[in-house]
Amino acid sequence: MYVKQISVFIENTPGRLADFTRLLGDHQIDLISLSIADTTTFGILRGIVKDYDRAVDVINQAGYTACLTDVLTIEVPDVPGALAKVLGILSESGVSIEYLYSFLRDGGKEAFIILRTEQIDKAYETLKHNHVRLLSQEEVCAL
Amino acid sequence: MIETPIWAPDIEKASRDELRHLQDKRLRSLVKRVYEHVPFYRKKMDDLGVEPEDIHGVEQIHLLPFTEKQDLRDNYPFGLFAVPQEDIVRVHASSGTTGKPTVAGYTAGDIQVWADLMARSLTCAGVTKKSVVHVSYGYGLFTGGLGAHYGVERIGASVIPVSGGNTERQLTLLEDFKATTLCCTPSYALNIAEAMQKQGITLDRLHLASGVFGAEPWTDGMRCKIEEMLGIKALDVYGLTEIMGPGVSMECVNNQGLHIWEDCFYPEIIDENGKQLPNGQEGEIVFTTILKEGMPLLRYRTHDVTTLDDAPCACGRTHVRMKRVRLRTDDMLIIRGVNVFPSQVEHVLMQIKGVMPYYQIIVDRKQNMDTMEVQVELDSRLISDTVREIEQLKTHISHELAANLLIRAEVKLVQPGSLPRTDGKAKRVIDRRRDEGENSCSKR
Repeated sequence: MYVKQISVFIENTPGRLADFTRLLGDHQIDLISLSIADTTTFGILRGIVKDYDRAVDVINQAGYTACLTDVLTIEVPDVPGALAKVLGILSESGVSIEYLYSFLRDGGKEAFIILRTEQIDKAYETLKHNHVRLLSQEEVCAL
Repeated sequence: MIETPIWAPDIEKASRDELRHLQDKRLRSLVKRVYEHVPFYRKKMDDLGVEPEDIHGVEQIHLLPFTEKQDLRDNYPFGLFAVPQEDIVRVHASSGTTGKPTVAGYTAGDIQVWADLMARSLTCAGVTKKSVVHVSYGYGLFTGGLGAHYGVERIGASVIPVSGGNTERQLTLLEDFKATTLCCTPSYALNIAEAMQKQGITLDRLHLASGVFGAEPWTDGMRCKIEEMLGIKALDVYGLTEIMGPGVSMECVNNQGLHIWEDCFYPEIIDENGKQLPNGQEGEIVFTTILKEGMPLLRYRTHDVTTLDDAPCACGRTHVRMKRVRLRTDDMLIIRGVNVFPSQVEHVLMQIKGVMPYYQIIVDRKQNMDTMEVQVELDSRLISDTVREIEQLKTHISHELAANLLIRAEVKLVQPGSLPRTDGKAKRVIDRRRDEGENSCSKR
């Protein structure tokens, strides 16, 4: 029911991101979604990949540290107001969101939202109850 | 009360009076020897108007001149040897990060005594004939490797002379040879422990029971971490090349300080003016090598700050205990007029969850202002995926450092595993102000 997200702490130095993404490319690791949170001195790269166990091995062996976090992947219609509706549901039930990012796949009519919260069980139940579509790991990887 | 084996009970448990008698006798003989055979000491004593006959025992030791590290450099390489070259059987030298290395020469007798003192020290850590001792101290000019090695052989335990480097191989050997005691620097012990976790080697695959760690100052926080990660009793061994090498003093399992082998080294604590301080007061520790033949030293200034305690120890040893060395006046940095010791930074980091005990201090001068950056490595097991938590951690470290150092330091979080690892002494400080100074000298 939850989806594993990979996150990697990356120091903010020139070329670091290029090196890191080259590493993924060289090992044929496909990023389904990607987001980077940046500060002046470091960034956190987050994403969903196919075969995350192998990705963690590859990343760790290259000297970076990959962490796995459970996140929710939500499908919303790619129309104005759709995201606001979902977030409204969560906010009403008292779920606070740590961060979220979105991705599209093959120009479809749906957008996908990756959502990270400390209250993941509650968020999951609330969304389910309100008939919001949540994707499983297999479904995300099949996109 | 904890019972531990004692290597040489007659001397290690001798009464304070017996010890004092021995020290007096050995000091008298030493003073005569250096006055006769070392021109440097003869001149120093003549300058002070002191004759060997004035020294009846340690009571009068304050009359004798101090020896500074610079004196060793000035007499490089063999100028302070007290015996002819033919009687020297081995030479060691310290790394010497600035200028020439400091050199020490040993007679066959010195090597014997050293092996005995290391045997006493290793016995403090529970080493017996049945033990397997893995020595990762560097072998060579550095005293660590060979010093530990001879001590293990003296006990009759099995020594595995691995020396430093190639941590993966060290792990294989530790596991396969079933080592029971590990000898290395504390920073390398952590390094090994970390590599072990990385490779998924669980503690039950190792047979380690104790560790004898030295050659650099370390904190109790670091001890806890090593003990926990390696599942061992970690004990502190102390020594300096100039005095002998490892085994000048050694901690027993009671963790009440390090027993100084007083029948061989007479310790004094002095203040910044060179005045003797009573036991219990903190100051610089100074050693006189009352039994050494090859390169005996009078009142050698170590620049290590500690206190002495001669109250009875639960282990039964009577030799005075020095508190673990927290500060080396040599290591002291002066940043914006404030004294900062790298070990203080380590102490702070040890208390904080989510960071590793590795750090590097970068001191620089920007627009005539000293700056201090502390690079801290995140613990890969506790790293967060949110900026908020990482920023919180960073702020927390900054606050703790400021509260302890009384100076603001820029904290830079770096990737796990990115700070340099070492198999010897860790290089904790990069002082770019100093580098600048050296460059300008060489241009002259």
